[in-house]
Amino acid sequence: MKLREIAHSRTGDKGNTSNISVIAYDAKHYPLLLEHVTAERVKSHFAGVVEGEVVRYELPNIGALNFVMSNTLGGGVTRSLALDAHGKSLSSALLDLDIILSNDSK
Amino acid sequence: MRTIRIGSGAGYSGDRIEPALELAEKGDIDYLVFECLGERTVALAQQARMKNPEAGFDPLLEERMRAVLPLCAAKGIKVVTNMGAANPEAAAKKTAEIARSLGLPSLKIAAVVGDDVLDACKAGDFPILEFDGSIKKLGNRLISANAYLGAEPMAAALARGADVVVTGRASDPALFLAPMIHAFGWAMDDWNLLGQGTVAGHLLECAGQITGGYFADPGYKDIPDLARLGFPIGEVGEDGSLIVTKVAGSGGAVTAQTCREQLLYEVHDPMKYFQPDVVADFSQVTVEEIAKDRVRVGGGRGSKRTDTLKVSVGYVDSFIGEGQISYAGPGALARGRLALDIVRERLKLTSVAASELRFDLIGVDSLHGPLVSAHANEPYEVRIRVAGRTESLREAVRIGNEVETLYTNGPAGGGGAWKSARDVVAVASVLLPRELARTEVRFVET
Repeated sequence: MKLREIAHSRTGDKGNTSNISVIAYDAKHYPLLLEHVTAERVKSHFAGVVEGEVVRYELPNIGALNFVMSNTLGGGVTRSLALDAHGKSLSSALLDLDIILSNDSK
Repeated sequence: MRTIRIGSGAGYSGDRIEPALELAEKGDIDYLVFECLGERTVALAQQARMKNPEAGFDPLLEERMRAVLPLCAAKGIKVVTNMGAANPEAAAKKTAEIARSLGLPSLKIAAVVGDDVLDACKAGDFPILEFDGSIKKLGNRLISANAYLGAEPMAAALARGADVVVTGRASDPALFLAPMIHAFGWAMDDWNLLGQGTVAGHLLECAGQITGGYFADPGYKDIPDLARLGFPIGEVGEDGSLIVTKVAGSGGAVTAQTCREQLLYEVHDPMKYFQPDVVADFSQVTVEEIAKDRVRVGGGRGSKRTDTLKVSVGYVDSFIGEGQISYAGPGALARGRLALDIVRERLKLTSVAASELRFDLIGVDSLHGPLVSAHANEPYEVRIRVAGRTESLREAVRIGNEVETLYTNGPAGGGGAWKSARDVVAVASVLLPRELARTEVRFVET
C-alpha cells in the first residue's frame, strides 16, 4: 500500500528548510504513520534532495506528523537554481512511500 | 460573548482580487486583511524605493484598494494590510488619494513605520542565521533589513480610529492578531490567548490555502469549483474560540482536512512557533467539523515572547542564467539526455564561470532529482533545462546561449528554446534586540 491511501500531505518552506506534514485521513491510521513513516525513511526516500537532517514531530491530536528537513531547498528559496525552488511538489513524492503491513497491523 | 469576523483577502501579492470583493460584499465581515508580502519582496521594493522615493509598495495596491474600499467604507469594514512593503507611508498616501478619488474622503488611513531596521543592523553587526556570515560581511551587497513587527502598532492604529492600516514587514499572523487585540482588549502578556489568536492568524494568512486551494488531488481529495474559490473568514470570540468558514455559495471547501494541512504549513517545531508577540504552541490544537464549511479550531496556547525580533535581510547574492529546449516523439528522452551532455561539455570548453550548475529533464527528474525519479516512465516529450549561478550577468547570459545554440548544433528536433539571465536578490535572517525596532503610527491626510 502507498502512503497516499491513508494520508494527505502539504509542503511548506522557510529559507533552506522544507517541512512536510503527513496527516491521517482517519485517526485510526495514525499509529501506522507513527510506525512506518520514520525520519530515517523520509530521509532515504528523499535521497539526493535532503542534504541535511530530518526531524519528526508528532501531533496525535490531529493524527499528523510533521517532518522538518534542513538543507533541502538548493541553498534557500530565494537563491535556488531549482525549477520548484519552494519544494512545493515534495509532498506528492512522499505520498509514494510504500507502507508494508504486517498481518497483525491490518 | 463578543465575536468578530475577519476575512482574508489575499494570500500573496499576486493573488486573485474578486474573492476579497466577495468577502466584503457577502461575508458579513468586520475586518478585511490582505497578506501580500513575500520573503524577498521587501528587498525588491527597497530597490524600487531607492530609485523613486514615492515607490516601493505593492504594485497591486491600487487595484485592490479600488476594488474593496467603496464597500468597506459603506459597511464599516476595517482594512489591515502589509502592502506597504518598503514604503508604508507612500502606500498610505496612495490609498488616501484613491479614497478621495472614490469620493470617500472621511476614511482614516494610517501607516505603521519602523520595520526598516537597516541602520540598527549596520550599527550592531549581527550574525546571519542561515549561513556563516554577518551583516558586516555582506558589505555593500546589503540592500535592506526589515524586522517582523508584532500586532501592537497595528492594534494601536485601529484604536486611534484607523479605517485602513498599512504596514510594511510584520509577522503574517500578527495582521490578524491586531484586530483581535483591538476588538477584545487582550493583554499583551496573555500568552495563551495570543497563542490561540496566532493559530487563527496562521490558518487565515494564506487565504485560499484553507478553503481548498493547494489541496485538491482528484480521486483522493476533491474540491468543488476551484475557479471560484472563496477566501476564508475567521469567526473569533473574545475567549479566542475560532470557527473557520467562507462565504456561502463560493467555490472550495473548508474541512477538517484543509484546516489540518494549513495548520502545519511552514511550521517547524509545533510547540515553538516563534512570533513577535508570543511563542505559540500548536501541539494541543484540535480541529472539529461542526457543519458544512464550518470548522472549529481550538487548543492553541502560548508562552512568553522572546527578547528579539526576526529581521529579514535582503542582499545581492549572485546571477542565474538559464536555458530550456524541448524534444518529443520516439527517442525524446535519449535526445534530451544527449542535449544535456552537449551543454555540459560546452560550458566546460568555453570556460563559463559558474559556481553551481543544474541539469534537469523537465517531465522526468527536474522536481525531485534523478534518484527519487529513477522509476519514472519514458515520456512522450521532455524539456531540458540548464541553470547556473554566476558572479556576473555576462557569464549568466552565456548559459542560456549554450542551450539556444542546440537549435542548429544539437540533437534532432529541438524546439521551443527559451533563455533568461537575471540577478538574484536573496534573503537571510538575523535576530535583533526588539527595542531597536522603534515603531510609530502615522495618519495621512485624506
